[in-house]
Amino acid sequence: MLGIYRHGTSPLHRARPGVKLAGLALMAIALFLPASPAGIVAVGLGAAFVTVAGYGIAGIPSRIAIAQIRPALWILGMIFLFHAIMGDALTGALIVARFILLIALAALVTLTTRVSDMIATIEAGLQPLRRFVDPGRIAMCLVLTIRFVPVLANEAHALQEAQAARGGKRTGPSAFIRLAVPLILRGLRLSETVAEALHARGFGRNESFPESAQTRRGHAKPGLAQPDSEIDPQTEAHRDP
Amino acid sequence: MIEIEAIRHRVETNTILHELSLNLGEGRIGIIGANGSGKSTFARLLNGLILPSAGRVRVHGHDTRAAGDVVRALVGFVFQNPDHQIVYPIVEEDVGFGLRNAGLRGDALSCAVTEALESFGLTEKRNQPAHLLSGGEKQLLALAGILALAPRVVVLDEPTALLDLRNRRKIARILADLPQQVVLVTHDLDMLDGFDRVLVFDSGRIVADDTPARAIAHYIRLMEA
Repeated sequence: MLGIYRHGTSPLHRARPGVKLAGLALMAIALFLPASPAGIVAVGLGAAFVTVAGYGIAGIPSRIAIAQIRPALWILGMIFLFHAIMGDALTGALIVARFILLIALAALVTLTTRVSDMIATIEAGLQPLRRFVDPGRIAMCLVLTIRFVPVLANEAHALQEAQAARGGKRTGPSAFIRLAVPLILRGLRLSETVAEALHARGFGRNESFPESAQTRRGHAKPGLAQPDSEIDPQTEAHRDP
Repeated sequence: MIEIEAIRHRVETNTILHELSLNLGEGRIGIIGANGSGKSTFARLLNGLILPSAGRVRVHGHDTRAAGDVVRALVGFVFQNPDHQIVYPIVEEDVGFGLRNAGLRGDALSCAVTEALESFGLTEKRNQPAHLLSGGEKQLLALAGILALAPRVVVLDEPTALLDLRNRRKIARILADLPQQVVLVTHDLDMLDGFDRVLVFDSGRIVADDTPARAIAHYIRLMEA
């Protein structure tokens, strides 16, 4: 989801995100339903075939596929190690194998689905709950989370470099705290600017600028923005679908 | 035409902008001044991101206080750091963001995105992750996202501050060719070549309002004092 979408025209790329997500959910259930080792191996082999075929159909190179699993290997290794120490290496191996397949399948969905399509699907899926939550805002939260992970990672890297340049350590608890505090502060400042940008680009029309941001920037009292009293016909026409 | 009538702006007890009244009707207007002189606050007043503590701002007859959405549709705003303005992870999705907010869907949306990307030479990047673009490309993407909405006024807050010379010149050429009214906040005085009018801000007041040559001379004297 972090910008790993790979453009393509394969049937998997063209499939609706909802269908892909439902397929992923079914595969997850199928992978973790069997209780016996024989059943797990049988379903696992089937899922492995589906995974390899899926990557082949989508035209995604094996190095890209492996790169999706690599970040999770350390935690999977820990799971296996825990089971091995407890004297049940086979169960550990089966759990890890199923997680690897599931991660590969989930990555296949994100590699072949635009974030905007995924978000639109999630937004549509949340519509029945719109009395309780605003689907548009939930979807925007997800978009911003995905979009700003690399931005904050860059900020963290820049902070680490700045601290190292002044003799600060890069590792250890004190280095973590020295990094976390300014990073959180930068994140908060960034959130204000991003809120302004969202507002400037028309997100949340008919709403006043967020109260907290208005107060901090010394904006006029929140809620002063009134419903449009004199709509420019040209602008209004532009808004219509 | 942007009409600014007796505006003042305060943050708690600090006065950011003292009383100002002026009309902005020229095609190319530059805003310069020292850090903290009120330039960025002034720019944000023009599209209603900030509402003045007193007085009013009207854009093509629409009050930023009473018709903020209309004003924001009329006035596009480009921020200094494009990373703060790019919302979607993929280039074409981000250009489409503002257009979707404006109500475009389907083929109309796709055509408008394609047109915007072509105008800014980003067609080849349309399916790439935005965070992998260069600084110049990110600023072009930010501009494309705003100009795709066809605003009548474009306000830019130091858009070249993070760019190299080549990209600064590229942005300058794009701005020079825009049919829209442009209000540019900048420290890059070369960007003001060919502008119609330049305002110099100092401690929340406009201390010069003149042709670029005379206003820049005033600004330099101010900085050297």
